Amino acid sequence: MKKITRITGWQAFWPIMILLGILIFNVIITGGSFLEMKIVDHHLYGRIIDIIRNGSKLMLLSIGLTLVLATGGTDISVGSTMAISGAVACSIISGTLLTGVGGNVFVAILVALLAGAACGAWNGFLVSKIKIQPIVATMILMVAGRGIAQLITRGKIVTVNSDAYYFINGGYIFGLPFPLFIVGFALLLSLLLTKRTAFGLFLEATGCNSNASKFTGIHVSKIKFLVYTCSGILAAIAGLIESAGIKGADCNNAGLMIELDAILAVAIGGTSLNGGRFSIPASIVGAIILQSITTTVYAIGVPPEIIQVIKAVLVIIICLFQSTQFKTAMMNKLRIRKVA
Amino acid sequence: MKRKLLGLGLCVAMVMSMFAGCSKDAAETSAGGDKLVVGFAQIGQESGWRDAETASIQFYAGQNLDTIELKFADAQQKQENQIKAIKSFIEMKVDVIGLAPVVETGWDAVFTEAKEAGIPIVLVDRMADVGDDLYSTFIGSDFILEGKNAADEMATLLGGSGKIVELEGTVGASAANDRKTGFDDQIAAQYPDIQILESQTGDFTRSKGKEVMESFLKTYGDEIKGVYAHNDDMMLGAIEAIKEAGFKPGVDIKAVSIDGVKGIFEAMAAGEANVTIECNPLLGPQFFDACAKLKAGEKVDKWIKSDEGIYRQDTAATDLPTRKY
Repeated sequence: MKKITRITGWQAFWPIMILLGILIFNVIITGGSFLEMKIVDHHLYGRIIDIIRNGSKLMLLSIGLTLVLATGGTDISVGSTMAISGAVACSIISGTLLTGVGGNVFVAILVALLAGAACGAWNGFLVSKIKIQPIVATMILMVAGRGIAQLITRGKIVTVNSDAYYFINGGYIFGLPFPLFIVGFALLLSLLLTKRTAFGLFLEATGCNSNASKFTGIHVSKIKFLVYTCSGILAAIAGLIESAGIKGADCNNAGLMIELDAILAVAIGGTSLNGGRFSIPASIVGAIILQSITTTVYAIGVPPEIIQVIKAVLVIIICLFQSTQFKTAMMNKLRIRKVA
Repeated sequence: MKRKLLGLGLCVAMVMSMFAGCSKDAAETSAGGDKLVVGFAQIGQESGWRDAETASIQFYAGQNLDTIELKFADAQQKQENQIKAIKSFIEMKVDVIGLAPVVETGWDAVFTEAKEAGIPIVLVDRMADVGDDLYSTFIGSDFILEGKNAADEMATLLGGSGKIVELEGTVGASAANDRKTGFDDQIAAQYPDIQILESQTGDFTRSKGKEVMESFLKTYGDEIKGVYAHNDDMMLGAIEAIKEAGFKPGVDIKAVSIDGVKGIFEAMAAGEANVTIECNPLLGPQFFDACAKLKAGEKVDKWIKSDEGIYRQDTAATDLPTRKY
């Protein structure tokens, strides 16, 4: 019994159950073809691979946002940061920016990541040093970021022609999509940072009570600055995956409204938006759930006019599942019925 | 006492500045009187096509700086931003308002406001679902005809029979609604052996076009013999999905799309796409011509159609250098 409560008490337990539920639903609806995988051109091919590859952007963002939300802050600028990173990388590769490097892909990626770090650092600076409310501070970049991206691309969709760059999204290692390895690496690094060092503890402390943490000697503003910078870098990587997928930088649509999906992913993962206790793996599962819903909607052929409604209903159901109050209320009802 | 004096001084200063503002405004409107002042509310930059339209309008205005004053607003794909832009144009008392509506519905209130202010509205490239009295003219393509042409081209490519999928534009956009109607009706009426397996929205963007095509390919596999996309950018995304699935776009799966952007000509030259139905975005000259006529009080046609053609794979390589957008 103790073991069972330990498992159900794990933060990622319910999200994983929901994900399994969605997958089982899909398998039944499609008659098993949902899980089907085959080998095409020496790599795995199937809906599950699509979910992983298309969801990789959301997974990366949700890692960053988990850290930010754990401090009690929020970052709604990640979509714009994605657009900036894609714009920088594609402009360099196509030779319109930093013409000196001759379209070198590695330089392009490096500069794009630096741009993402700069965006994150700017947010961190506003939040930790100037003490602006996080939602307002990051809203500045959310609005201005797309403008910056359009300035970089001079208001056009920049198309690139580089197999090395395409590899970021469309590449395969051991038959598995490359974005999966990027997410895996980011997850490993973030887990090491939060579980094997005191950083995770400081993070939770900052989120629970920022003032008290300060008096116990935690450098609260440094912690905050760092998490926003991390979020910026992760958003930049997501931006690279996005632009490599369509072989170009589409500044107006890259990552549009994805920040809300990312926050939702973290919420579905059970991390409180008020800060404190957090779980990165649970957020990743939350991101996979959201991507699975999108894929499900396509797979069962929902008419385009009602897609948003279906998604909204599913998200509401999932959020109810995550609410302790709702669950206990349901349990009580069941119990009363049993007694009666 | 000192305070009161200061307050009085400030009041006087404020009133003075108000008057100053008034006289300045009056001077500006009279100066703008001989210039054609046009406010244009663009959707945003969603595709290469729209970039070309924006460039055409801005270029034409830039060339005629002495006669035209263009106030340009980028709505970043949001209707509320376009409505805000139109309201500010009304406040600025422009001569004519140009608008490429992002969606068809929800314009009545703001158009009525413009009408009451006596400012004519010119709809550019997309229609709005409003009464005929609320706008002056519509400049743009016949989307239903484009869809119909696309259906004919698809039928020719497939030899009159086969299964296809459709990538729709943004739900609610007139381009998406009409291109679907024109295509679907023509297929149903003329080509009973062509079956549309499924139709799903790709929001006119590359990444969504790719994602939806990936899903179609999982569901139907090699059953799909053709894909029809409501714009070229979605097709460019779909081409990537087709390649990743191990099929040859343009050969195994025929590709017909609408717009005629440079990217699709490159794809056609490489043999990865088959046909594009042109939807001419270079509307700058026609747009300002209509605006000038409206300002002068002349009558204009309710629908000014743009010149358009059909481009196929065999001529793509020679057409490519001449494409402006």
